[in-house]
Amino acid sequence: MTGPGAWRMCGKTASAEPIANQNGDKNMQIDLRTVTIEPQRQAFDHLVRRFGDKPASRYQEGTYDIQAAENLHYRPTWAPDQELYDPSITRIAMRDWYDLKDPRQYFYNTYTLTRARQQESAEANFKFIESRGLAGLIPLALRDKALAVLVPLRHVAWGANQNHTFVCGYGYGAAFTQPSIYQALDSLGIAQYLSRIGLMLGGTEALATAKQAWLQDDAWQPLRRYVEDCLVTRDPFELFIAQNIALDGLLYPLVYGAMVDGVWAAEGGSTIALATQFMADWFDETRKWADAVVKVAAAESPANRETLTGWIDHWSARAAEALAPVARLGLGEQAEAVMDERRADLAARLAKAGIKR
Amino acid sequence: MDMKAPEKKLGIKERYRLLTRDLAWEPSYQSPKDIYPYLEYEGIKIHDWDKWEDPFRLTMDAYWKYQGEKERKFYAIIDAHAQNNGHLNITDARYLSALKIFLQAISPAEYAAHKGFARVGREFAGAGTQVACQMQALDELRHAQTQIHALSNYNKYYSGFHAFAETRDRIWYTSVARSFFDDAMSAGPFEFLIAIGFSFEYVLTNLLFVPFMSGAAYNGDMATVTFGFSAQSDEARHMTLGLECIKFMLEQDPDNLPIVQKWIDKWFWRGFRVLGLVSTMMDYMLPKRVMSWREAWEIYGVENGGALFRDLALYGIRPPKGWEDAGKAIDHMSHQFMLAFYQWRFGTAFHTWIPSEEDMNWLSAKYPTTFDKYYRPRWDYIRKAEAEGRPFKNFGLAKLCQCCQLPCVFTEPDDPSILCHRETVYKAETYHFCSDGCQDVFENEPEKYVQAWLPMPQLFQEPLFGDLMAWMDWAHLKDGLDNGEYPGASDQQNFDRWRGLATTNA
Amino acid sequence: MSQVFIALQANEETRPIVEAIQTDNPAARVSREPAMIRIEAPGHLVIRRETIEENLGRDFDLQEIHINLITLSGHVDEDDETLTLRWDR
Repeated sequence: MTGPGAWRMCGKTASAEPIANQNGDKNMQIDLRTVTIEPQRQAFDHLVRRFGDKPASRYQEGTYDIQAAENLHYRPTWAPDQELYDPSITRIAMRDWYDLKDPRQYFYNTYTLTRARQQESAEANFKFIESRGLAGLIPLALRDKALAVLVPLRHVAWGANQNHTFVCGYGYGAAFTQPSIYQALDSLGIAQYLSRIGLMLGGTEALATAKQAWLQDDAWQPLRRYVEDCLVTRDPFELFIAQNIALDGLLYPLVYGAMVDGVWAAEGGSTIALATQFMADWFDETRKWADAVVKVAAAESPANRETLTGWIDHWSARAAEALAPVARLGLGEQAEAVMDERRADLAARLAKAGIKR
Repeated sequence: MDMKAPEKKLGIKERYRLLTRDLAWEPSYQSPKDIYPYLEYEGIKIHDWDKWEDPFRLTMDAYWKYQGEKERKFYAIIDAHAQNNGHLNITDARYLSALKIFLQAISPAEYAAHKGFARVGREFAGAGTQVACQMQALDELRHAQTQIHALSNYNKYYSGFHAFAETRDRIWYTSVARSFFDDAMSAGPFEFLIAIGFSFEYVLTNLLFVPFMSGAAYNGDMATVTFGFSAQSDEARHMTLGLECIKFMLEQDPDNLPIVQKWIDKWFWRGFRVLGLVSTMMDYMLPKRVMSWREAWEIYGVENGGALFRDLALYGIRPPKGWEDAGKAIDHMSHQFMLAFYQWRFGTAFHTWIPSEEDMNWLSAKYPTTFDKYYRPRWDYIRKAEAEGRPFKNFGLAKLCQCCQLPCVFTEPDDPSILCHRETVYKAETYHFCSDGCQDVFENEPEKYVQAWLPMPQLFQEPLFGDLMAWMDWAHLKDGLDNGEYPGASDQQNFDRWRGLATTNA
Repeated sequence: MSQVFIALQANEETRPIVEAIQTDNPAARVSREPAMIRIEAPGHLVIRRETIEENLGRDFDLQEIHINLITLSGHVDEDDETLTLRWDR
């Protein structure tokens, strides 16, 4: 770094003076005299208490202790037995809810810039497909299969949006709740990409057909029931498990892994992989967060581990049952074998997070 | 299914409908009442959620794209500001009192709004409404964080910022904004939207942001200008949400009108009281002033509010009940606040000062009917006492209004020589108020307001029992550093010294 | 008649937008304040994508306006080609 700005880094000011050499000629030599404007402190008090007397990261500044903690004024009129910020709405107990740190360290800026890059990619993918007429080149049977599986999933994604919004609104502590608002709007984004895929492959009729299937076809009822049962689940941590771990933990590897990137790609469906890239990438990224939360909450106490295990057992069994007919729609005879594999993967993943089943 | 001919390009309205409200469905395994349990108890009747119109039809890809643009610009500017010691560009460090109040009182409100909008973003039954509320929940988190980040650099060099997370919950003046937001959050979803979405975000927000941010620009504070304008562009979407929500409620059922009117009355008054903090920031704390609070009120209150309520008259809405009393208070409130802050300067995590002769001449010119008659004499008295070695200090504690939680320093709307005080006895306890407006709010919902945690009475109870030094410790207020007068404070000395280093040859 | 207004950040990006607004709304008044441009008009104000594109020399999506928008007043109506603010009904 050169130029005047260089002299002003780190609060130092510098001066330059001509210095006479032994012949009396004056050449410009830089005599760096610095004067420091000294910082009075390195970070906000609450961050110094947590992390020591050093500069804090933007994630830390934007997350830790920014939720009101005490001396609240009024109880909610919609649930007078609760407080406005209430750790006891859930059965999970944490000495410090801020231990549930997001390993991605997403705050609004880093989250939004990441998604902005991803949406640019997704947009380029859609343009590529449209400009080359690639949708018309997908074998018809595969196209119909993709429509039958992917488009109703836009409603599952809407259900996810509702659930994540709930976790954000009723969970405790910004470390735990912040990622859920990102999940909620990501789910809306995914629902919108799935809708666009439907429009691209089958027009508005495809959306109407998929909605009818969601409401009435046998294949979708167990999953719709699952989603609606989530909508009346009001323990924010239980809902976190039901959505992120039990449902998404199977749904994404099944559909975007086994179907799109696996069997369908081999059948001539690479266009579909292009169109759904956002979803595949999203799952890989967000599972790291979900696993980290489970790991820390489970390690906190035997009681937490027991509660979490109970929820995971219950909701995972239901999710597997609900996804079985969807697996058959997309994979035919291979469905059961693939589901077994995905369930084993999920169990292995959970074991790493400290949940043994 | 055969490949059909490509369909006509979908218009923006239809495309948006397919990408938002068409995602939702009528549940059958669980009842709508169980999924959305809070929609009826306020008495608001909604017959058709599909009638909700979202004017800015932002899909998520567009949201990420445009917000990403804003974010890149914003952080580039505040990074440059920090690297180049931008803090030395402010007119002088008195200006920072405004920023300290902002970080302690307003930024926490952004986080509260984030939580409030997340909740209503789930509890409403209409997908269009929900999406708009969820985007606002995300935006409000952005505001809380961008403010903390922009002001973080000031924390490194100046006092009063370091304990914002504690002063938020413990000090007395922050309780004003905090109780406002707690009130909205503890209300039902429809009232929340009228309180924050409409009253705060539409009627009152410009009074907070636009003059204040212009003030930041006038006083060389690039960081604050940047977050102000960057945040304010989100506000345009929030304002349209607020306006749409009131239209929607009023159009759904005529029975909604009296309920909504009552909420408008309540929230205008509570919001007006919170904005008192802004009036003082504008008139007293900006070394270089853009306009007076009176002038800002004319443009953003009277003119703008006037246009709005003329429009809403079509629905049968009248201007808020306290509008006239508010108008009478405009020429008094900033002075009353500053005199209050100054006399209780032991207990504020920001500095105050006696206005200079030049300051007072500006105030005389801007407030020709009130300043010289009611407030200059008090400042003159204070200055005289100071010069005679007996500085004016008041350790007597402020009686706080049970509703707005401000100290009762206001005068009767029709007689500025009489302190305004109201009282209500409820269940054998006496409650005090600063105004008719606040008393009305209490009397409509006494069971809510008796719960309030009042910071000053609390000081006298356990565990502090009136011990002032213990209170300062507990509130994380560093005596001799964060509080007191600006002249002689370390902020003043440091700023002058550092500015001298950067601009002169010592 | 009630005034509608829109305020934009004062920078290079908004210049063509402000010019377009002035072209399409002869009754509009523009005032420049620190870092901000305020445009006021009686009753209604319309922003046209086509006019902006003429000034800008490239394609313009009306939603791009969000990047530099500060605040506005009036009922908002948006479609692919225009953004309208109005109080007169």
